[in-house]
Amino acid sequence: MAHAEGQQHPIKIYLWIWLLLFVLSAFSYMVDYLHIQGYLRWTLILIFMFLKAGLIVSVFMHMAWERLALVYAILVPPLCLFVLVGLMATEADYTFLTRLAFFAE
Amino acid sequence: MAQDALTSTGESIAVPDGLAGVASDWSADKEAFGVPWGKAMMWIFLVSDTFIFASFLTGYMTVRISTTVPWPNPSEVFALTIGGQHIPLVLIAIMTFVLITSSGTMAMAVNFGYRGDRKKTAMLMMATAALGAMFVSMQAFEWTKLILEGVRPWGNPFGAAQFGSTFFMITGFHGLHVSVGVIYLSIVAFKVWRGDYARKGNYQIVEITGLYWHFVDLVWIFIFALFYLW
Repeated sequence: MAHAEGQQHPIKIYLWIWLLLFVLSAFSYMVDYLHIQGYLRWTLILIFMFLKAGLIVSVFMHMAWERLALVYAILVPPLCLFVLVGLMATEADYTFLTRLAFFAE
Repeated sequence: MAQDALTSTGESIAVPDGLAGVASDWSADKEAFGVPWGKAMMWIFLVSDTFIFASFLTGYMTVRISTTVPWPNPSEVFALTIGGQHIPLVLIAIMTFVLITSSGTMAMAVNFGYRGDRKKTAMLMMATAALGAMFVSMQAFEWTKLILEGVRPWGNPFGAAQFGSTFFMITGFHGLHVSVGVIYLSIVAFKVWRGDYARKGNYQIVEITGLYWHFVDLVWIFIFALFYLW
């Protein structure tokens, strides 16, 4: 719940999130260090990335305690970006195949 | 849970939470969102910045998928040999930990700000700025190393030419954000130390500065995952 005087929460919760961020970062690094490859690598990278992003936005940036109207105003517009990523991935795949067809020796 | 909000005429009215709260916050005759305007403006700026970084990362994805030349292996390109040990991606891992540490000190600074602890807030903000400066220095080292190895925006000895252009573009723009953040933090920390906000009894600015700093960390998490680890 938002307070008129600002966001005030127990220090303990910040320390826990801080520790979690360290652990998750260590996990992401281990993915590379242990040479995990293929779909498992990409899945793990994305899971750790979204977990860390979620913790920072919800606790450190206090999104979890803001009014729902502000949460929607900030978090909904970036969802369009998934459409952009989807469109560009399709386009890039097409470019790649066209290049293979025309540039291949 | 309902809570009180001030109308434009200064009366206190009860406003609902949940979906009914979304409707009333956007439509009622009072300031939207019920947060100080500085915080709302910082959030809106951060949304626009999200779109900038997302466009860069999407551009990177597009050129990486569409190139027929093999992409350089970031794990090897950013490896360092320390004390005879060859460690992959080690500098980037250290940079990540430095930035997360700085996010923690920033969160604590916001907390002590709202407790009205002037000295601890200023000290923690200066610590955050120092960690940010450390991050930028390590990035400068990384850039120097890559440039000396022959990485240019138009080509590099390791593989696809697009590696250099996207690397300098994305990490450069992020580094610029960190540098601006260090300056911003130092200014606000100095004003906290001088007691400007203690006199007003309002430490909101520390939280707003914190939002910017956490965002810089947030962007790094995406760059770390999508550029360095992918």
